[in-house]
Amino acid sequence: MSEALRRLAAAEVATAIRRGEITATNVVDASLERADAVGAGRDGLNIVLHEDRDAARAEARRLDDAGPRDGALAGVPVAIKDNIATLRLPTSCGSRILEGYVSPFEATAVRRLREAGAVVLAKTNMDEFAMGSSTEHSAFGPTRNPLDPSRVPGGSSGGSAAAVAAGMVRVALGSETGGSVRQPAAFCGIVGIKPTYGRVSRYGLVAFASSLDQIGVFGRTVDDAALGLGVIAGQDPRDATSAAQPVPEYRAAARESIRGLVVGRPREYFPESLDPRIRECCDAALATLASSGAEVRDVSLPHTDLAIPVYYIVAPAEASSNLARFDGVRYGLRMTGDGLRGMYEATRSHGFGPEVTRRILLGTYVLSAGYYDAYYRKAMAVRALIARDFREVFRSGVHVLLTPTTPTPAFALGAISDPYDMYLSDIFTATANLAGVPGLSLPVGSIDGLPVGAQLLAAHFDEYRMLAVAYALERALGGGRSGVSA
Amino acid sequence: MAVSEDDVRHVAALARLGLEPGRIEPLVRELNGILAHMEQLSAVDTTDVDPGPGAGVHREPALTTTPLRADEGPPIPLALPRESFAPEMRDGFFLVPRLATHEDADTGDAP
Repeated sequence: MSEALRRLAAAEVATAIRRGEITATNVVDASLERADAVGAGRDGLNIVLHEDRDAARAEARRLDDAGPRDGALAGVPVAIKDNIATLRLPTSCGSRILEGYVSPFEATAVRRLREAGAVVLAKTNMDEFAMGSSTEHSAFGPTRNPLDPSRVPGGSSGGSAAAVAAGMVRVALGSETGGSVRQPAAFCGIVGIKPTYGRVSRYGLVAFASSLDQIGVFGRTVDDAALGLGVIAGQDPRDATSAAQPVPEYRAAARESIRGLVVGRPREYFPESLDPRIRECCDAALATLASSGAEVRDVSLPHTDLAIPVYYIVAPAEASSNLARFDGVRYGLRMTGDGLRGMYEATRSHGFGPEVTRRILLGTYVLSAGYYDAYYRKAMAVRALIARDFREVFRSGVHVLLTPTTPTPAFALGAISDPYDMYLSDIFTATANLAGVPGLSLPVGSIDGLPVGAQLLAAHFDEYRMLAVAYALERALGGGRSGVSA
Repeated sequence: MAVSEDDVRHVAALARLGLEPGRIEPLVRELNGILAHMEQLSAVDTTDVDPGPGAGVHREPALTTTPLRADEGPPIPLALPRESFAPEMRDGFFLVPRLATHEDADTGDAP
C-alpha cells in the first residue's frame, strides 16, 4: 500500500484524496515509513533536522475528518528548508546561532501550502544560512545524496532535494540566492524551480542576500514542481518585493506545443573546459527539443564568466548586513562576554560556522571605506551588464535558454576544500539570480549513474513558457511518469 | 589590494566577530585567494553603466516600483509570545547585557 502511494504524483495524491479513494493519514504514514526506510535522520542521510510526527499525523487526521476538500495539495506531504519559518517546528537555518529557535510567525509560502491542504512533514538540512553548494556547511552535519551516499546532494537546499529524491515527499521548498535549488536538483536527479525575483513572497524566509533571495520548489517531476509553484506564487502584502503579476495555471503548460519556440544555446555556458559528457547530455536535450518542433539558436551572453566574482561580492555584502541581526539580543543564542560588545562578539563567533564567518568578513571588507567603489560598486555595475545580456537575448526573439545546470555531477563529500572552487559549482546558476530571471533544472541524462541536469532560463515572469519546454523535454526523454526510481 | 592581518582584525571588529588569534592568518590567506578572482572585474569597462539602487532594479522597468503600504495598523500578530524566543525578557522588555559605560557609572546591581 505505502509503496503504491509513494509512486503517486502530487496531483494524483490530491485527486485521490478529494475523491475519497485514499486518506491523508495513509499518505503521511507512507511518507514517514519511507523516511525511516531510507534513513533520513541524523545517523543516516541526515535529511531531516526537525520533525513532529504526531503533529503531522494529527494534521492528516484533521484533513480526513473534515471530509472531501478542494485543495490543490490536499493531503500531500511536503518538506520545508530550515530557513523558511514554520509554526511549531524550529527554524534554525542550519546554524548554532538559531538552534532551537521557533518562529512566532509563519512564512507566506508555507501558509499557502497548508491552505492548499499540504501537510508539513519536516524541516530539512541546509548549508548554514544557505551559504554553500553541498550541504556540508550545516552546523548539524552534512546531508548525503540518496542516489550515492558517498556524494553530496548539492546545496544549499540539499536536504529538501534529498527528501524528494529519496521518495519521502513529492514536493519540497528550498531557497535560492545563487543556485541553491537548481544545483541540488541537478545533483539529485529531480526538478527544481527558481522563480522570477518577486514571483513568490519571501515573508518568513530568513534573509541572506535580499536582492537575490527567492523561495523555490522541488518536485520529483516537472508537474510536481509546477503544482507547488502555482500554490506559492503571487503577490503578498507582507513582502513589498513580491510583484503584482497574475499567476498563470502553470500545469496547463503541459498541454502547450513547443513548435516554433526559439530555444537559445548560450555559448558561454558550453566552455571548452566543460565535461564532454555533460555537453553531450545537454546537446542531446537540445536535439530532442528541435525534433519536437523548437528552433535551436546559438546565442551569446558575453558577461557570463563574471557572474561568480560579482555574486561573491554582492551576496556577502548583503549577507554582512542581513546577519547583523543575529547579535544575541532578540532571539537565538546568547553567550556571555565583557559588556555588550563582548556579548555580541562571543555570541557571533560561537554561533556562526567558518563559511558564514568568511562571508561576513568578505562582505564587510568590500563595503568598507576605501574598497566600496573598487568592489561593491564595480560589482553592481557588472551585474547590470549581466542583466542586460539576458534582456537583449530575450528581446531578440529567444523564448527560453538551455544550459548545463552544473559543470560536474555530484561530487564526493569532502572533495572540495578551497572556498572559491566550491563557489564555481554555481557558475551556471548565479547569473539568473543576478538578473532576476526564472530558472529550472531537470534531469536529462547521467554519468556513471549520477544524474545530469539541464537548466532552462526564461524572461522575467515567463515561468509558463519555461515550464512548457520542461514538460515537452521531460516527456520526450521518457520521464515525468509518477514512478519513483530511487 | 591584498588583505592584511590588520584588515582582518579591523573588519572582524566592524562585524562584531570575535576571532581566535589562530584564525587570523588562515583568513588572510582565504580572503586574498577569493579576492584575487575579483580582480577580473576591474578590466570591465563600466563607464556608462548605472549600477542602480540595488534590489529590484534588475527587474523589467515596468516592475521596478516597490509598492509601499500605509505606515499604520496593528503589527502582524505573533503566534507565540516574545518570551518564547528571546534570550531574556522582563516586564515585556528585552533584557540585554549592560553597556560597559553604564556599568562604570552605576554601582547598582546589573541585570
